[in-house]
Amino acid sequence: MVTKPIEGEKRAFMTGNEVVAWAALAAGADIMYGYPITPQNEIMHYWIRLAPKYDKNFLQTEDEISAGFTCVGGVMAGKKAFTATAGPGNILMQESMTMAEMMRIPTVLVVCQRGGPSTATVIYSQQEVTLTCFGGNGEGFRIVYSTSGQQDLFDYTIKAFNTAWKYRFPTFVLGDGYQAKMRESVTIYDPEVRGIKMIEPEPFVGKAGMPALDRDPAHYRNTYNLEEELYEVVTAMAKEFEQIAPELVEYQEFETEDCEVLILAHGVVSRAVRGAVEALRAQGIKAGHFRPITLRPFPAEQLKQTVQKAKKVLVVESAVGQLEKIIKQSTYGVTTPMTNYFRPGEGITVEEVVEEVVEEVKKLV
Amino acid sequence: METIIEPKMPKVWRKETKPHKFCPGCGHPLVLKVLGEAIEELEIQERTVFGCDIGCSLLAWDFFNVDSVQTHHGRTTPVITGIKRANSNLIGIAYMGDGGGYAIGSQHLVNAAARNEKITVILVNNTIYAMTGGQMAPTTLPNQKTETSPYGREIEATGYPTLGPEMVSAITQEGAYIARGTVANLRQLKKFIKNALENQVNGNGFSFVEALSLCPTNWRTNAEETWKFVEDEMTKYFKVGELKTPGKKEEA
Repeated sequence: MVTKPIEGEKRAFMTGNEVVAWAALAAGADIMYGYPITPQNEIMHYWIRLAPKYDKNFLQTEDEISAGFTCVGGVMAGKKAFTATAGPGNILMQESMTMAEMMRIPTVLVVCQRGGPSTATVIYSQQEVTLTCFGGNGEGFRIVYSTSGQQDLFDYTIKAFNTAWKYRFPTFVLGDGYQAKMRESVTIYDPEVRGIKMIEPEPFVGKAGMPALDRDPAHYRNTYNLEEELYEVVTAMAKEFEQIAPELVEYQEFETEDCEVLILAHGVVSRAVRGAVEALRAQGIKAGHFRPITLRPFPAEQLKQTVQKAKKVLVVESAVGQLEKIIKQSTYGVTTPMTNYFRPGEGITVEEVVEEVVEEVKKLV
Repeated sequence: METIIEPKMPKVWRKETKPHKFCPGCGHPLVLKVLGEAIEELEIQERTVFGCDIGCSLLAWDFFNVDSVQTHHGRTTPVITGIKRANSNLIGIAYMGDGGGYAIGSQHLVNAAARNEKITVILVNNTIYAMTGGQMAPTTLPNQKTETSPYGREIEATGYPTLGPEMVSAITQEGAYIARGTVANLRQLKKFIKNALENQVNGNGFSFVEALSLCPTNWRTNAEETWKFVEDEMTKYFKVGELKTPGKKEEA
């Protein structure tokens, strides 16, 4: 009965939430555990409508804590399980994601950032960067893809399933309310036609055979009795995370070869910055743009090299320095002057970025 | 010649992790022993997934020769729910204490029961938060002294002890199995646990067993006082017996 949800490639005009649901289907996800919170609800709505047609499952849980932990359970049972949330829900899901981090459970969590702190707005912000990258107790060994639009949402949701299963660290797709709710053109595809081989999931518990007779019983814990025991576990995890980081980091550069003013932004803001770079170049200002796609691990080395080439750096984000914090840490020792343009909870336009850069350039002269 | 008689333990008993890590006199190993026997007798070892909380129950994370997962305070129910929903062939057991089930994880217990999740929850009630040093639990009896009720639990200020099986019984529908046993009557407790697991094997619905248990360490009781408390004091408030069985309506 089950056919492929997407045959070949197709052009579509969709909201980001719809794109995520289709991407999860295309990636071969089996089950979604979810709890309503705006602005991610339609991921769930589309998934549950599509699910019976493709023999997929869904459970609406009692809260986000449960959605996170049932998701962990689903993955442990050998299914490609995923969940999605935002804002206060993201906070509640950090608990389960730290367990996934400790047990190396390949969870996929889509975050559609809304305003913060607390309930704030249900619309948009880039204020869940710190929480998504470093939330939870522990060290934040997880992978975070920051998307800038519908095509990214499709590509990176598919990718997240493979990244999670390959590296076995919790993997996040960090979108936002604008991407979730706006409609734009996107190419959706069966990963196979692009040569993407999806990794088959395997069970952590309930494998074939009698425990202790045919195989060892699977005993998963996230409690350790001794300091030394924990030190070994976390140190090994840190080492592995560091080793795989170069394979994982992704970024984009626009006009950075000869750029004097380097603009740093991630996610949907990157699109305004790209537009601004074009406009500034037309005015004769040598602007360039660096966009980290993975916020965790962060493309620190690549950024450092590009920052060193510029005379001035401008960080643009819809938050009060959550990205800037990571940038400053990653470019420690580089002396290029850095300023910022922060609009917490607000969208950022091409014109605003242009104006800001023109002001900064005046100061340079 | 000296003969060493080894006690008969169920096959799921994992010898490599024995002696177990519970305090001397703890009730958990008694509950776990009958749970192990029930698993063996029902021949479900191969497909059982055992989940436990933080707190004393976590010490059971490698207790059996069955697949296990140790999770956070109160989160065992959703983890086992997630597993069962993803693979209905597995037998999911969520094993927790009174804090995990009635305080921090109560929303999960209530909603899993209301949804009639086809899992088995076994909750060990020792009227106290034991691993954290003996604080008051939802099940602490009126006037019982704990670290956070040093003058005895005042009902005026803190309410009455939670009647878990009664609550679960009130919110579950047909197909649920609910009972309260005690480590003071292991044969009966084993029967209840076996019934609860069989209920899941038969795909009927949510099954829940509360086991009245012991904590001589935090109760600061000797053997005699310990058994007196569990057999006499606890059963005055927490009535032992089957509350709901599939096909039958509630029993008093």
